[in-house]
This record gives sequence, C-alpha cells and structure tokens, in this order.
Amino acid sequence: MSAKSPRKFLISKKVDAFFSDITSASIFTLRFFKEVFRPPYEFREVIKQCYQVGYRSLFLIALTGFITGIVFTKQSRPSLSEFGAQSWLPSLVAIAIIRALAPLVTALICSGKVGSNMGAELGSMKVTEQIDAMEVSSINPYKFLVVTRVLATTIMIPVLMCFTGFVAMMGAYLNVHANEQTSMTTFFIAAFDKISFLDVFSSLVKSIVYGFTIGMVGCYKGFNARNGTEGVGRAANSAVVLSMFLIFMEEILLVQVTNYLR
Amino acid sequence: MLEFNKGKDGEVIRIRDLYKSFGDLKVLDGVSLDVYDRENFVVLGRSGTGKSVLIKLISGLLTPDSGSVKVFGHEVSALNKYELMELRLQIGFSFQNSALYDSMSVRENLEFPLEHNARHLTRKQMKQSVEAVLDAVGLLQTINQMPSELSGGQRKRIGIARTLIIRPKIMLYDEPTSGLDPITSMEINNLINEVRERFNTTSIIITHDLTCAKTTGDKVAMLSNGKFIKQGTFEEVFKDNDERIKQFYEYKFID
Ligand SMILES: Nc1ncnc2c1ncn2[C@@H]1O[C@H](COP(=O)(O)OP(=O)(O)OP(=O)(O)O)[C@@H](O)[C@H]1O
Ligand SMILES: [Mg+2]
Repeated sequence: MSAKSPRKFLISKKVDAFFSDITSASIFTLRFFKEVFRPPYEFREVIKQCYQVGYRSLFLIALTGFITGIVFTKQSRPSLSEFGAQSWLPSLVAIAIIRALAPLVTALICSGKVGSNMGAELGSMKVTEQIDAMEVSSINPYKFLVVTRVLATTIMIPVLMCFTGFVAMMGAYLNVHANEQTSMTTFFIAAFDKISFLDVFSSLVKSIVYGFTIGMVGCYKGFNARNGTEGVGRAANSAVVLSMFLIFMEEILLVQVTNYLR
Repeated sequence: MLEFNKGKDGEVIRIRDLYKSFGDLKVLDGVSLDVYDRENFVVLGRSGTGKSVLIKLISGLLTPDSGSVKVFGHEVSALNKYELMELRLQIGFSFQNSALYDSMSVRENLEFPLEHNARHLTRKQMKQSVEAVLDAVGLLQTINQMPSELSGGQRKRIGIARTLIIRPKIMLYDEPTSGLDPITSMEINNLINEVRERFNTTSIIITHDLTCAKTTGDKVAMLSNGKFIKQGTFEEVFKDNDERIKQFYEYKFID
C-alpha cells in the first residue's frame, strides 16, 4: 500500500464497502463455530450473560406479551362472530401466538433491549482499548466476549419465547373469560386442539435462529465500532436496525420452510 | 515452546527499518532501535507521530508494512497465534488511557489475566498475588472499588499493576504520566524505576513529559516524522542543536 498509488475500486466505493462488510461479517460469524467447541470454556461468563439477557428483557416481554394476547383476542372477535364462529377464538388465538407472535415479539423486543446493549457495551470496550488490553494479555477477546454472548442469546431467546407465549395465552384467556365466561380448562383444551408438534418445534427453531442473530449482530457491530464515543452510539443503533431487518428476512424464509413441511 | 532469552549483545527488542502507513498516512518511516536487557528506553515525540503505533507493533496488535520487529529474537509478525500468545505473556502493555475493564472491580481486573493464564493457581494464591501487586503500586485500599470511582492517576497505577501481575519481562508504558499533576507524575516515575528493580524488566516508556524522560530513561530517542532523529542519553539528546529537539525543550520550560 504505497502512499502514491490511487485507490482502485472494483465497482464503486460504496458497493465495494458493502461487499467487504458482508465478507468480514461472514468471517466473524464463521469464527464462532470454530471457537465455540474449543476449550477452555467460559461457563461462568455464559451463565452471567444468560442472566443478563433474561433479566434485562423479562419485564418488557411480560408486559408486551400480555398486551399482545389481550389485544389480538379482542380484535379477532368481531370478524369471527360475523360468521358465528366465536367458539374458534381460542384456537385461532393460540395458532397466531404460538406460530408467529411469540417468536417475533420476543425477538424484536430483545433486539431492541439486548442487541443494542451488546453493541454499546462491546463498542465502548473497543474504543477505550479494553479489547486490545485483553488481546495483549493473551486472552482471546472473541472467545470471552463474543462466544459467551452469542451462546447466551441463543439459549435465552427460546426460553423467553416460551414465556412470552405463556403470558400472551394468559392475556387471551382473560379476555375470552371476561367476554364468553369460558373456564380455563375449556379454553386451553380448545386452544391446543389445533396446535401440532411442528408448530411448537418450528417456533423453537425460529427463536434459536433469532437469538443467534441478535447476539451475533450486536457483537459484530460492537467489535467494529470506531471513532470514539460517537461510534459507540452508532454501533448500538445499527445493531438494532440490522438485527430487526435480518429477523424479518429469516421469518419469511422459515415460514416457507415450515409450510413446505406441513 | 518459545524461548525468551536476550540476544548475544544483550538486546531484548530489536527493530530494523520499520514502516507502517494507514491508507495514505505514513506513520513510521524507517524506524530502527535496540533495547537491551533491564534498560529503560524512552521514546519522545509530539502527538500523532506514531509512538503508540510503535509499541502496538511490538506487541503484535498491528502488523508492519515492512521491516523487522524482533522480541527475544522472535520476529513478531512471523509467530503463529499460540506463539504470539506465549510471547504476549512476557510483555506488559500499559495503555495510554489505562483500558481498565469497566464492568469489573479492581480486584476482578487484576484476577482476570491470572484466571485465564495461570489456571493452576488456587483461589488463595490468586488473592495473594493480587494483593501483593496492588501493594507494590500502593493502592491496596482500592481493591473493591470500580474503575469509574478511581482518579486518573490511580487508574494508571492499577493499569500498571494489571500488567505486572503476570510477571512480564518487558514493560511497554504508553504515556504513563500524561494528564497527571507533577507530584503524581513523579510517583509514577518512581514506580517505573521501582518496577525495574523489583521485577528486572526491560521497558519502553513513551512520553512527551521531559521530567519523566529524565528520571526514568537510560536512553532517550526522539521520534519525528516517522523517524528517530536522535538517540542517546537524555543529556546527549538535549545538547543537540536540532530545531525540533530545541523546540520540544524550550516550549516546555517557557515562563
Ligand atoms: N488503527 C489505526 N487506523 C488508522 N490510523 C491510525 C490507527 N492508529 C493510529 N493511526 C494514526 O496514526 C497516527 C499516529 O498515531 P499514534 O496513536 O501512534 O500517535 P501518538 O504518537 O501515540 O500520539 P499521542 O501522543 O497523541 O498519543 C495518527 O495520525 C493516527 O490517526
Ligand atoms: Mg499515543
């Protein structure tokens, strides 16, 4: 790289930067699979991060899940009663929550809450040279910071998804109970009547994929933060934007796959 | 396993014709230096002349465009990942802004390198080495504090303690006294000399503080425009008539 030769771009500066960004993100992601199985394992840090992920998002997820359950039930009732099909309400709501709403709501809330936090945390470690400090003391920062966080989100988002589903179903039940005086047993028997193993399984797989995405994007953005404190804010922000975008893309893809299997 | 012995002239770090640019910005433009066993080598230079880049090249955080950086006779850029990790255990790097881990207390900051690099130690041994090294920098009372609760000078000293805990043979100090009052600066200068006495370290000290250069340096080198313009003892360097050196000296003591 001599100072005189003019920079050459294959297509244009922007396009080139885009593709080199994709390349470095892929390398960053693949590195996870290389390092995750290699000892020493950072069990304690993984547990700590799992706790952080759960603790940080539990309240918000409970609230959002509950409201989603109530609102969705309330909004669906008029259309169903038009056909006199009110008794289908529990199973309709259950299908919507378990197949689509619970994984998506959980993933979106967590990318806002957890993903941005990881972007900011690692970003500030990067710009204050804490990551370099790990490196020079012979500690692998990727292993200690990235692998543990990605594992934590990959484990915890499915767990939180189950919790969201449960809370949303409780919200739906309360609404149905208040309007149709259905008992809890009747409601849940009707609700789970139409739920198959595939529904639950595909939602779990989706959450695992979303969890991995949230952790990976947050860490990637943080690790590549630049330009002081301003870069930290940018890392946090773009972590949220990118992970939400990817989550919707993955949703489209995974729904196709599930429909194919159904 | 790498061996860490000084060369036959007693040199520990040997740099030859080192070049490093960032894009179009030429930072190091042919730097050569030798640092001998138990020597304190001071690098002086104005802001932005590439002093931090120089020691990042020594510890392998950056790779040179061309030229050779040998530490204990090993070419740093030719080492594989594991050899580099081994070498880094011999090098203590004290960062310009301390780079303490914000999310950990002082105790955890010091335990962290031990937990990862000295897994055979028991809890009790770890506790003892943490306390010993904190005592050496005179900050035992801060052991349970968080980095954000410390003053700049305290952070610098904890940063030095954190690198000392793995008993490195080489210390790289990046501006150990910048932003500190003269008394605290002097304490740090004394600490640097003390570290050499107690731990037999070879050091590179980067600074633009002349008092620091004078009190700690056996040898002083002045970096300007990517090159060393003068090397020698403090007196030799500042006897020189070069404008760039005189400026450095005169502006410092202007009244
Ligand atoms: N990773 C990097 N990428 C791009 N440019 C860099 C990088 N590191 C340093 N530089 C540039 O190299 C030059 C020298 O930086 P360096 O940090 O070594 O200066 P310094 O001599 O330590 O200055 P100071 O006394 O202010 O710390 C600066 O112009 C800086 O912008
Ligand atoms: Mg510097």
